[in-house]
Amino acid sequence: MGKTPGTIKKTSIAVTINGESHELEVKPWQTLLDMLREVLHLTGTKEGCGDGNCGACTVILDGREVNSCLVLAPEVDGSEILTIEGLSVQGVLDPIQRAFVDHGAIQCGFCSPGLILTTRAFLAENPHPTEPEIRVAIAGNLCRCTGYDKIVRAIMSLARP
Amino acid sequence: MPQFDYAAPQTLKEAVDLLEQARGRALPLAGGTDLIPQIRKAAKQPALLVDIKRIPQMSRLEFVPGKGLHLGAAVTCGSIMRHPQVRDMYPALGQACSQIGSRQVRNRASVGGNVCNGAPSGDSLPPLLVFEATAGITGVSGTRQTTLEELVVGPGRTTLGPSELLVEIVVPLPAAHSTSEYCRLSLREEMDIALVGVAVLLAVEPDTGRCLEARIALGAVAPTPIRVRDAETVLQGRKITERLLDRAADLAAGAATPITDIRASAEYRREMVKVLTRRGLKACLSRLTRQGGGRR
Repeated sequence: MGKTPGTIKKTSIAVTINGESHELEVKPWQTLLDMLREVLHLTGTKEGCGDGNCGACTVILDGREVNSCLVLAPEVDGSEILTIEGLSVQGVLDPIQRAFVDHGAIQCGFCSPGLILTTRAFLAENPHPTEPEIRVAIAGNLCRCTGYDKIVRAIMSLARP
Repeated sequence: MPQFDYAAPQTLKEAVDLLEQARGRALPLAGGTDLIPQIRKAAKQPALLVDIKRIPQMSRLEFVPGKGLHLGAAVTCGSIMRHPQVRDMYPALGQACSQIGSRQVRNRASVGGNVCNGAPSGDSLPPLLVFEATAGITGVSGTRQTTLEELVVGPGRTTLGPSELLVEIVVPLPAAHSTSEYCRLSLREEMDIALVGVAVLLAVEPDTGRCLEARIALGAVAPTPIRVRDAETVLQGRKITERLLDRAADLAAGAATPITDIRASAEYRREMVKVLTRRGLKACLSRLTRQGGGRR
């Protein structure tokens, strides 16, 4: 295919990540996940399945949680992104992180960044959910260690009015 | 990930020109929740992705009083299910959108993508069929309108040309005294594809209980989502009794031509069409009775 107007092999994007602005050169086929991990070395975001089933790569993009393995880097030009690295303030854990630790909702930790960010976006939308609502909300985050019970309890502890 | 080029045009004209120039080697990109995994496993090998999300018309989500609902092709399933008028006036559509993927997927996946994938099991299609939604399409030589029923022609096939874009879906106002319901069965409640999906729209005259309008559409049990007009006709104009519900459910099941696959057998799917059709009609009836006539 010949070069068509408006298409480019490499593109520069402006993004705000965890409150910091960045100008980055990205490849069209690079995913947001790869950009975070390989370019910015923000390796808290994990790659699990690579096709949108496991939620390990969840980040918050303009206020909504998304699977970063299904987003292309050039698509996020002009956006704001929150990753797990953006939650704690000067080493003090955010309340959701604290609740996960306190309830033993973490074992190997691989799913934790995604689950914590899903929880954050979900609670922002629905601050007082019921347990069934919580279970539906985390359906897109697979955990192979905990059996979900402690995760649900951690989220319940934040959900109480 | 295989390599491809990326463009994010801001106008429909630029977008269709890019598709036209690429002569079949470009694909439109909306949410990417289906397309990106397909590219990754080389099921699709585009030379160029044309991201349609920067085109204003593609993101329109607006209820126009007295007219209907405008859904830009790139509008996400998440924003549709959260929209107050969708919940109010198009419950079947909101229910269907809320059952697609996970929260993460719904925040990206677009209604246009769900339609254009042409999957027999696409959850948004049965509700859009019962609302008799239409599609607005733009190509290099102009625009055209078609019904959604005519747009999807086979598994993974639509009437869209390689340089045509679905721009918006227009969902007319539902009939007076009507409500709607989407019932779906899958092996797991979340994160799974429908074994059977049934959308029902029912309008009942408040005083007499006579059926003013009945529309039933099935998903995942035929090469495309289908309307089952025989089943609708038996309800039309009659007072709805248990026997009539059975009759409509039987006719719906009779119209289904399901396949046996890894998820379920054809026989089971056909039986479940019966169950879900009945369940959908009953849900509409009880809501209409509770609300004293549904929307006016």
